[in-house]
Amino acid sequence: MSVPRFWRELDTRYNLIGSYCKITDTYHYPRRSFNPEAGRESIGSMEDYQFKGTGTVVTATVVHQAQTGYEMFGPYCMAIIELDEGPRVTSQIVDCDPANVKSGMKVKSVFRKLGEDSESGILHYGTKFILSNNSDDAETEEDTIENIEL
Amino acid sequence: MRDVSIIGVGITKFGELWDKSLRELGLETGLAAINDAGITSNDIDALYIGNMAAGSTLQQEHVSALIADYCGLANQNIPATRVEAASASGGLAIRQAYMAIAGGFIDIAVVGGAEKMTDVSDSESSYTVSMGSDEQWEAKAGATFTSLHAMIAQNHMLEYGTTREQLSSVAAKNHYHASLNPMAQFPFALDAAAVSKSGMVSTPLRMLDCAPNSDGAAAVVLCASDKAKKFTDKSIKIIGSGQASDTLSLHHRKYLHRFPAINIAAKKAFEDCNKKPGDLDLIEVHDNFTISEIIALEEIGIFKRGEAAQKSLDGETKLGGIIPTNTSGGLKARGHAPGATGIAQIIELVKQLRGEAGDRQVKNAKLALAENHGGTAATAVVHILEAE
Repeated sequence: MSVPRFWRELDTRYNLIGSYCKITDTYHYPRRSFNPEAGRESIGSMEDYQFKGTGTVVTATVVHQAQTGYEMFGPYCMAIIELDEGPRVTSQIVDCDPANVKSGMKVKSVFRKLGEDSESGILHYGTKFILSNNSDDAETEEDTIENIEL
Repeated sequence: MRDVSIIGVGITKFGELWDKSLRELGLETGLAAINDAGITSNDIDALYIGNMAAGSTLQQEHVSALIADYCGLANQNIPATRVEAASASGGLAIRQAYMAIAGGFIDIAVVGGAEKMTDVSDSESSYTVSMGSDEQWEAKAGATFTSLHAMIAQNHMLEYGTTREQLSSVAAKNHYHASLNPMAQFPFALDAAAVSKSGMVSTPLRMLDCAPNSDGAAAVVLCASDKAKKFTDKSIKIIGSGQASDTLSLHHRKYLHRFPAINIAAKKAFEDCNKKPGDLDLIEVHDNFTISEIIALEEIGIFKRGEAAQKSLDGETKLGGIIPTNTSGGLKARGHAPGATGIAQIIELVKQLRGEAGDRQVKNAKLALAENHGGTAATAVVHILEAE
């Protein structure tokens, strides 16, 4: 990934920053300057919003043949998660047996390494999720999204 | 609008074609198609090229000019246009040529699709395929293209009780069809139990649920129908064409077990010709995964939602069943060379409607449909063909 591209996405990736639409009272992730449901009226009415990072698993799969750059994680759990504010994201669920993740489970976001770029040498960080009842809750308190400084 | 006919076809075998370059594949199929049509290069008004990934796999963009050049068309200076919509590139290239001819801008177009997926490593070609989904918010987060379809399959199972046995029947059926197609990448039968026992890729999808990433090329010649008779007496008319889009990311969809873009594109194509799903004699659908074929059958309206999987297990989509599906072997067994796939589907239908499909011929085939999509069906394109 190029340096400008990674820099541009930092806020959204690191801090789970999306958008709140004042017209329809809805939340959007990733950040949008325009809400497709509200149309052009929403331009100028979208405010940055930091998601709480809590949500529910909609669906999950155990990936045995890993994505490029994720070979070290395999097998790992990929899921579609519905954030409590409404929008859905695709993310890895970590720190658990991937086969145990089921739809309906509560999850919360953590700050983790996503990978590194062999060409540019950039380390990618971003948001992943853990099960809310994860036993190392206390340990992960430190890396909740509010505590990350850019 | 003018009527448009397909007057010539040419295709390579799909597979690991390490001894052939993109330009050679383009030339080979282009020549075969114009020979089949009985035209000369002077008759060609325009060239359309379906290609998804030459930039990623070959470090070569601008493949429209490249293929025109190596087909000997550079000194005629005809317009050459590349069309890209991930795995729907080929079907979409046909639609662009169809619209240009129907609209009266040109009379004859050659539409070629070509792809080289095996020059690079498996992990590179897999990542290239992921670029048809949302690279930034799906692939980069760790979601393989298979894992997105795995989540689709799980939701289909949850909603309708779709089973492993039913999914396996789709791959086994497509392999049976491929065993009758000498041009298929995997021209051998495979029994459903082998599919069910193959290695896990992303739960619940297994190795043999997935189509390969192939090299290959395919080309067709499209002509205004009123001029077709001048060249050939075996033209096949395109009587319906539809295209639709959807969110690029799967997670932004309301339902995870449906492909609405296919439904909308199919409805538009049926409206064009005033036909309905029950009128069709055979279809080719985009079975990049077994679950995709089942959903496509439901979105096109061949079967009610939730019934296609059992109909597949019952043999209704096999040769001799009520709607033979993917008689070529489909993406699973004919092979899947993204830019060429949508064109290969059309070629299978043309061969069937001409009565030239050999051992896999559908008796008395008159009306056929092709469904081609890109990403998790963020682009879908549907064509309906009729024997003249």
